[in-house]
Amino acid sequence: MAAQHNSPRTLFDKIWDDHVVRTDEHGTVLLYIDRQLVHEVTSPQAFEGLRLAGRKPRRPEANLAVPDHNVPTSDRHLGIVDPISRLQVETLEANCREFGIQLFDMGDPRQGIVHVIGPEQGFTQPGMTLVCGDSHTSTHGAFGALAFGVGTSEVEHVLATQCLLQRKPKSMLVQVEGALGRGVTAKDIVLAIIGEIGTAGGTGHVIEYAGEAIQALSMEGRMTVCNMTIEAGARAGLIGIDEQTIDYLRDRPRSPKGEAFEQAAAYWRSLNTDPGAEYDRVVRIDAASIRPQVTWGTSPEMVVPIDSEVPDPDAVADPVKAGSYRHALTYMGLKPLTPIAEIGIDKVFIGSCTNGRIEDLRAAAEVAKGRRVAESVKLAMVVPGSGLVKEQAEAEGLDQIFIDAGFEWREPGCSMCLAMNADRLEPGERCASTSNRNFEGRQGQGGRTHLVSPAMAAAAAVAGRFVDVREF
Amino acid sequence: MMKAFETFRGVVMPLDRANVDTDAIIPKQFLKSIQRTGFGPNLFDEWRYLDHGEPGQDCSNRPLNPDFVLNDPRYAKAEILLTRHNFGCGSSREHAPWALDGQGFRVLIAPSFADIFRQNAIKNGLLPIVLDEQTVDALFALAGGVTALEIEVDLVTQQLRPSGGEPIAFEIDAFHRHCLLNGLDDIGLTLERADEIAAYEQRRQQQAPWLFASPASV
Repeated sequence: MAAQHNSPRTLFDKIWDDHVVRTDEHGTVLLYIDRQLVHEVTSPQAFEGLRLAGRKPRRPEANLAVPDHNVPTSDRHLGIVDPISRLQVETLEANCREFGIQLFDMGDPRQGIVHVIGPEQGFTQPGMTLVCGDSHTSTHGAFGALAFGVGTSEVEHVLATQCLLQRKPKSMLVQVEGALGRGVTAKDIVLAIIGEIGTAGGTGHVIEYAGEAIQALSMEGRMTVCNMTIEAGARAGLIGIDEQTIDYLRDRPRSPKGEAFEQAAAYWRSLNTDPGAEYDRVVRIDAASIRPQVTWGTSPEMVVPIDSEVPDPDAVADPVKAGSYRHALTYMGLKPLTPIAEIGIDKVFIGSCTNGRIEDLRAAAEVAKGRRVAESVKLAMVVPGSGLVKEQAEAEGLDQIFIDAGFEWREPGCSMCLAMNADRLEPGERCASTSNRNFEGRQGQGGRTHLVSPAMAAAAAVAGRFVDVREF
Repeated sequence: MMKAFETFRGVVMPLDRANVDTDAIIPKQFLKSIQRTGFGPNLFDEWRYLDHGEPGQDCSNRPLNPDFVLNDPRYAKAEILLTRHNFGCGSSREHAPWALDGQGFRVLIAPSFADIFRQNAIKNGLLPIVLDEQTVDALFALAGGVTALEIEVDLVTQQLRPSGGEPIAFEIDAFHRHCLLNGLDDIGLTLERADEIAAYEQRRQQQAPWLFASPASV
C-alpha cells in the first residue's frame, strides 16, 4: 500500500494493489479479503473443514450469513418441508452460532438473496474485496468492489485466513456508448454483451463496464449488469464509483457513519480508473443498437433481439457451435427461424439476484398494471429479492398490482432461478424468466428457460408469448 | 489434506460438447447435501439416467441412458475426461469437482475451462489441462475408436503420452503444479503467513479504519 504508483491505473489495479499481502516466487498473490457473504449451500463443508482442523474464523465479523437457496417462498410459517433442505438451513444456523457469525434467519425481515442483502445492508462497499461461495458475487462490483465467487474450499480458506491465493486476472473494458432506447434495460445490455463476446468471452479477466449508458443506470441496473458478468465468463465485473454509489450507501446499517463515512467516501472517489490507464482488451457497444433481448437456447450467449428469429444451425460454419445449436433447439423444442414473438410460454418467474430488486419490480408492475395474466399461462410468480424489497414494494402497492393482474406474490429467496426449493418447472414447460441462467434443467429437469428483463417477462405473462415491450 | 498427484496411465472418455455447465455436471438437488463426498453416482445425472434423480436414492437400479458416453462400457474405468471449450461454466459449486472425483476422474482436458471451476478442480487434486483446439480435435479422433484411448499423464515433465501417439506438452501455473504434486493444504500454507497478514491488517487499518469497525460500533 505504501508503494508509489506513477503509471495510470484502472479501478481494478488500485483495489488489487491495496489488498496484496505478499507475492510469492511463482507470482501468486496472497490477497486480503475484506468481506465474505455466506449461504447454506456452499458453506457446510467449509465449516466442517474448520472443525476437523481445529481452526476458527480469523474475523467472524467480516462475514454475514443468510439462507436463500432452499427457503420456501410460500407458507413460510410451516417451515421447510423437505427434510434435506431443512437440515442444510439448520446446519447454517448451527455453524453461525458456533463460529460467531451474524445470520439473518428465515424469519428475519432482512432475510433475502445474499447478493441483494449485501448492498442493502451497506455490507458491500467500494474498494473492498468481497467473496461468497456463489458465482453471482460479481453483482457487488456495481459498487466498485472487487467481488467474485469462490468454491467451498476457498470459503473455508477465507474463514480461516481472511485471504485467498490468487493470480492477478487480466482486465477488460466494456464501453457502452450512447443512450438506451425506450423499453431497453440493464438486463438487455448485459444479455447483448454476452451475445457479443460469448459465455467464455471474459474468461481470465475482470470486466470494467463504463460509458454513458452504464453511468446512466441506477444502482439496481448496475447490479444487474455486474451480476451476469459471470455468464460472460469473467469472475468479476466492476463499475466506477460516482455520487450515486456514495448516496446509495449513506445511512445503510453497515455503512460507516458520520466523519468516517466522509473519510471513506474520499478514499472511494480516489479509486476510479485514471485517464490513460490501459486494459488488456476493450470492447465497445453502441447502446442505441440494443433491443430487448430474449434467449432462445441453453446458454446465455444464445440470445437474440425480440424482433428476430431463432437461428438456423445449418447457417453456422463452426461444427462444434452448430452441434451446440442443434442440441439446444432439440432441448428447447424450437424450430429454426421461428419468430421469437411466436413462442408461447407456460410460466413466468420475476425475481432472482439478477432482477429481484425494487426497480425491477416497479418495471414489471408498470407493465402488469391494469392487465391480466393470459389464460394460457399456468403460473406467473413474483419473488422479491429480500424481505426489505418486499416491504418497500408493498408500501408502494406493487404487490396489489401484481395480485390484481393474476401474479402470485411470494416470500423472498432464490426460488425458481435454480429450483432448489419447491418452485420449479415441470418437464417441457417453457418459462419467461428474469433470472441469469438458461442451462438445461436449471429451473427444473426438462424445463425450458428464456431469459428476459422484468418488463419483458411481465409483458410475456400478459400476452402468453414473447412480445416487444416497446410496442406493448 | 489433498492427495498428491502421481503419474498414471488412464482411459479417456470423450464428451463432445462445448460449454458443459455445472448444472449439467451436478444438478442442484444434490447440492442439498452437507457432505463433501457421495456425489459420484450423480455426476451428469440428467444425461446419464432416464429418470429423475433425487438425493439419497440408490442409483444402481436406475434406468441408464444408453446414448450417454459415460454409460459406454469402453469408458467404464475412465479417469481422463476429454471435452470442449468452457467446461465447468456457471455456478461456483465445488460439488462439480467433487462429483467428477467421486466418479473416478483425475484429469480433465479441454481447450478452456471456466475460471471458478478450474480453481475448484485444482483444490481437489484434479488436474485441468488446456490444449489448443487442434490438439483436442486430434485427441477426439483417437478417443472415439473401438478400443478406448489411454493416455499417460505426467505432471512432473508436463507431458501427455497417448498410447501409440506422440507426446503432447502442456502448460500449468507453477504454483498449481507445486500444490498438486505435493498434495499441499493451502490453508495450512497461508496460516504460516499469519504475521504478514496481521501486519497487512495493521497498515490497512491506518488507511481505511472503517473496514475494521465492528458491526455494533458502526
